[in-house]
Amino acid sequence: MISMFPPALVLIIGALIIPFLKGRARSAYMLILPVVAFFVLQSIPEDTYGLMRFLNNDLSLRIDQLSLVFGYAFILITFIGTIYALHVKDLGEQVASYVYAGSALGVVFAGDLISLFVFWELLTLSATFIIWSRGSKASQGAGLRYLMVHIFGGVILLAGIILRVVQTGSTEFGYIGLDTLSSYLILLGFAINAAIPPLHAWLVDAYPEASITGTVFLSAFTTKTAIYVLARGFAGTELLIVLGAIMTVFPIFFAVLENDLRRVLCYSLINQVGFMVVGIGIGTALALNGAVAHAFADVLFKSLLFMAVGAVMYRTGTCKANELGGLYKTMPITLIFCLVGAASISAFPLFSAFATKSMIISATGYEQMTVIFLLLLFASAGVFHHAGIKIPYFIFFAHDSGKRPQEAPPNMLIAMGIAAFLCIFIGVYPKTLYSILPYPVHYVPYTPDHVVSQLLLLFCASLAFATLMITRYYPPELHAINLDTDWFYRRGVPRLIALAGTPLSRLNERLGHAFLEVLPRSLIWFGQNPSAALKIAVDTVLMPFRSESRKAKAKKEINLAKASSATYVLRPWSIGSAMGSVTLFLAAYLLFYYLF
Amino acid sequence: MKKKESDFFDRPKNLKAMAAILIAALIGLLIFDFFVHKHPFFGWDGLPTFYAFYGFVGCVLLVVIAKNIRPFLKREEDYYDD
Repeated sequence: MISMFPPALVLIIGALIIPFLKGRARSAYMLILPVVAFFVLQSIPEDTYGLMRFLNNDLSLRIDQLSLVFGYAFILITFIGTIYALHVKDLGEQVASYVYAGSALGVVFAGDLISLFVFWELLTLSATFIIWSRGSKASQGAGLRYLMVHIFGGVILLAGIILRVVQTGSTEFGYIGLDTLSSYLILLGFAINAAIPPLHAWLVDAYPEASITGTVFLSAFTTKTAIYVLARGFAGTELLIVLGAIMTVFPIFFAVLENDLRRVLCYSLINQVGFMVVGIGIGTALALNGAVAHAFADVLFKSLLFMAVGAVMYRTGTCKANELGGLYKTMPITLIFCLVGAASISAFPLFSAFATKSMIISATGYEQMTVIFLLLLFASAGVFHHAGIKIPYFIFFAHDSGKRPQEAPPNMLIAMGIAAFLCIFIGVYPKTLYSILPYPVHYVPYTPDHVVSQLLLLFCASLAFATLMITRYYPPELHAINLDTDWFYRRGVPRLIALAGTPLSRLNERLGHAFLEVLPRSLIWFGQNPSAALKIAVDTVLMPFRSESRKAKAKKEINLAKASSATYVLRPWSIGSAMGSVTLFLAAYLLFYYLF
Repeated sequence: MKKKESDFFDRPKNLKAMAAILIAALIGLLIFDFFVHKHPFFGWDGLPTFYAFYGFVGCVLLVVIAKNIRPFLKREEDYYDD
């Protein structure tokens, strides 16, 4: 067996050493780690390797075309994100970020369901710590809700995995497909991390509450690992086409209304992941290539946008649309990077998504899915509308907010510069990305009609934006939030509990009285003197059959026994009545034995 | 030392020039759309100006719908704060 080291552990174990380093040494070390992880990954030939045995199951590491694309994207963005966060001194966030990135690599290279699950949970935990490390009250609450939602998803996933391992006798993680209960549970567990509606609200709730640098990290990993596991386990599952199409469309309405620009980016993150989910659902070579390529591109342009908005937030202290405006005067370089991100997410020709998202839309065309095609086209125009225009417009132009912040710090500019360069590189020269995709690529993005169609779509989307702005129809940016499905567990459930509280607590009281007081008391009473209790019972039952003269006596005896059963020693039964009751029991037992 | 601020996008002359360039480009694209060789998936998506029409109408609808659902979704910023 070849000895090799899982790339995930380079980052996770490497993270544990970060606390022992200080200042520049720590920064240098953190920059070297992803590079080391990259070379470790490079040194392992594509194959599946058994690592160790755990409870009679092989834990394995799988490196193939599909997992490699995600692995490269994750290592790349760890490097870029670290440069962006070089000014941050928060040790907790640094360690959590590296454990988080390592866990994502662990999920992607897991060959079996057990190690997949372990890394899956580690991903959740470390993400929670990233959210908490901002230290605000809002981030505490959001982190806790994030943890609860994902632990819930993790438990469902675990239930599905256990069922599946019992059914198939194998822990291998390969194609699963939607058939039995176990596969539905596993899909549900994956769907929560992919933010498939209505299970998406955790993303919009938690990510904008993390720190500026934390959000850059968070936006890149969780949803993309979910895309990887869906592509691996559920390619060609038709349900995903419908869910993905809904995912692309509904968030853009929220994004138009949302005032917090990082939250706008979260909605567009769901929208972009929706395209990938559609691609996985279609499951053809073109569609899967598109989904994977788009995931790679999305990691770059989405983090670029988060970095640009983050830089603005770093300098001004806010990312609310109605508090910003006119920043082009003092932050022109950030503006340029933001525009590159905006053009990339909007699939402008020569920018990354033009070469990746269009593969998915073309796949719906080739499969003759009219409605899905139209929805994705609408979502494409919509994402340009809010992420492509709204974000740069409200930060850098719109009304002059009077803010004159400095340009972003150099480390942020370098990180954004690298991401921006790669976005353009993929757009101009998509062959490089195409060459690492799981299937051979025959797709040609740059045809005259595709370029013209896409440009017209985007031009007219911006024309609509301009028209609505000039006519003042566009809804103004306000200090407000918009309800989403997290309402159900943040307000709905507490209200339901409050509503059901009175009757339920009364029922609880009754049950408590019956089971915790009356029943134990009777049992104790019975246990103190069982024979007396039985005698009382038998006498009470026999009462109607006694003659009048003995009735009064018997009644007296019962009352006497009841009054002091604990201390009162009964006069022994007569031999006759004792034998009689024993015979009765034996007869009942015999009857019971023969009947059943 | 304070660098001189740019006010490029605040001058009406520049804005007008940019708008003119963009509108000219749009018109150019629309004309080109009639002559370019199409590979439509469905047929109707190969019609000239389909994408232009769809992009404009789609985005207007997007805003109209968003604006109309806002009253149902909008809450105070401290809505969830206890």
